[in-house]
Amino acid sequence: MTEPRQPTDWTAAEVHRRTRRRYAAERRFRLTGLAAVWLSAGFLAFLLASMLWQGTSGFRETRIALPIDVAQANLAVTPAQVKGRGADLALAGAGLEAAVDRAATRAYGSNGAALLSDGAWLAVRDAIKRDPTLLDRRATLAVPVASAIDVAAKHDGNPDAEAQVARLQARGVLSTGWSRGFLTTADATDPTRVGIWGALKGSLLTMAVTIGLAFPIGVLAALYLEEYAPRNRWTDLIEVSINNLAAVPSIIFGLLGLAVFLGTFHLPRSAPLVGGLTLALMTMPVIVIAGRNAIKAVPPSVRDAALAVGASPVQVVFDHVLPLALPGILTGTIIGMARALGETAPLLMIGMRAFIAAPPSRLTDPATVLPVQIFLWSDEVDRGFVEKTSAAIIVLLVVLLAMNGLAIYFRNRFETRW
Amino acid sequence: MTPKISARDVSVFYGAKQAIDHVSIDVDQDNVLAFIGPSGCGKSTFLRTLNRMNDTVASARVSGEILLDGEDIYASGMDVVQLRARVGMVFQKPNPFPKSIYENVAYGPRIHGLATARADLDALVEQSLRRAGLWDEVKDRLTDSGTALSGGQQQRLCIARAIAVDPEVILMDEPCSALDPIATAKIEELIHELKGRYAIVIVTHNMQQAARVSQQTAFFHLGQLVEFGRTGDIFTNPREERTRDYITGRYG
Repeated sequence: MTEPRQPTDWTAAEVHRRTRRRYAAERRFRLTGLAAVWLSAGFLAFLLASMLWQGTSGFRETRIALPIDVAQANLAVTPAQVKGRGADLALAGAGLEAAVDRAATRAYGSNGAALLSDGAWLAVRDAIKRDPTLLDRRATLAVPVASAIDVAAKHDGNPDAEAQVARLQARGVLSTGWSRGFLTTADATDPTRVGIWGALKGSLLTMAVTIGLAFPIGVLAALYLEEYAPRNRWTDLIEVSINNLAAVPSIIFGLLGLAVFLGTFHLPRSAPLVGGLTLALMTMPVIVIAGRNAIKAVPPSVRDAALAVGASPVQVVFDHVLPLALPGILTGTIIGMARALGETAPLLMIGMRAFIAAPPSRLTDPATVLPVQIFLWSDEVDRGFVEKTSAAIIVLLVVLLAMNGLAIYFRNRFETRW
Repeated sequence: MTPKISARDVSVFYGAKQAIDHVSIDVDQDNVLAFIGPSGCGKSTFLRTLNRMNDTVASARVSGEILLDGEDIYASGMDVVQLRARVGMVFQKPNPFPKSIYENVAYGPRIHGLATARADLDALVEQSLRRAGLWDEVKDRLTDSGTALSGGQQQRLCIARAIAVDPEVILMDEPCSALDPIATAKIEELIHELKGRYAIVIVTHNMQQAARVSQQTAFFHLGQLVEFGRTGDIFTNPREERTRDYITGRYG
């Protein structure tokens, strides 16, 4: 038989020591957690700061004052021709590019034309279109400089370019401004002429296809599996398959897209349609899993209540279960879409890594997307692409934040508490 | 008088486990019928067979026959949606929809097409809330969420929701077990007022409540209907030993 239990001495030294140890463990745990939070916040701040630091100059361009007398250049265009649709063609055909080069040579010596960006004459063209009186008078226009000069003016360029920038700055002809072309044009070979709009539009079209397919199909699949499907070996198999699909590396989906959409169905290469289809395959399992969990979390009492007033199964689902599950489904959709927006690998497989100099206007036009564009620019030799790469990353992050913000807005609007 | 609901030889199985064992009972139109018995005796299970809410449990199987106005509710031609409109239900835990008070009451009539014009629906909502004794408390905040009400108000809202569909029978599964005594008294008063217009079946753990609200009482034990009769007889002069032991608190 055991001894009768002695009363515990709650004032003993051993008890105090244990209490102190418990408090110490608590403090250690809190400090570790705090350190982890600070570390991740630090990484995030570093990333954002370095992106903004390097990227903002990508949105700006260096310009040089170019005195030009269009009247003297004898362009064969009338003021009526530079209004309306045919203006670009008329001005290009009239030899405006050569006239701009001659003006540069006159103003800055024999290699003056080399100071200008390849796109400088486009700036002159646009100025004439805005103000046709330029055809008849002398004017001094600020036009973009060549990439080497731009790099030297903004950062450290090669010694030759630095010397030229120093000379030009002494003459007071350099200025800076927001680059209009960066947000409105597509890829180019000259970094002073590249734009992000082509890739941005490609991304938006691709995402539209992805969400248009993955969201309804994913939600309906989740609803069927949760609400209607009988519990048997087949549904178990489907469930396991969906969970595995969500973990499949994205490049595999790219190969699948290549084989099925390009190989079997002969859809056009590099098209947002194919990119969207491929990313939809990748996003769907994520939405199905999130959707099923959200549907499972709807309290059974709500289903009972609806059934008891005589709602049919479809009415129970669409009037009660789906609205209550929607915030959870949207959370899963945000995660899936954010992943799809940043996806590069599967899109490389279906040819979206081509050099595309015009923004896509249809779903079947060749296009590229933001992350692929970033990848392509980061691979360029010309130093002018460094800041363009960072600027493109900023655009990607802004699009991502805007998309998430929209989704969070919708989620909060649909959120109901019980 | 023919009974509203007549159950004949009803057995319910959950998988291999038998929950109800050959129960036969009649529910009268004008009476309140109380089911009493210890926890797990099958009274809630039996209640849920009366409007086929057990259909939602995959493993549940029902044998025997249950006639509503002489029509077998488990026959293949019976439309479950319409059955549940005719046999409404109030649950143990108040479960208003996470929608406005108005929507809670209007939902049933709307899906059954009982009122299409907005004015008709408004009138129906007001009438149902009045009958549930809730109108004066909520008439100024019909757009508030039903879940923001107190527990007792939520349960009366659930009763209003049930009677808005104009059922013939109302099943109540321990409707007061989550409520305080004042809210309970209000629900009991409400049951008195609803009696006659609707046939009411109530499951309760509270024997005083059964004695107060019902005219007939059925005592269940281990899935069997032990005794069924007038409430006064059951509580003052039970025929069965087990009934006497239960209502005197010897077990349960």
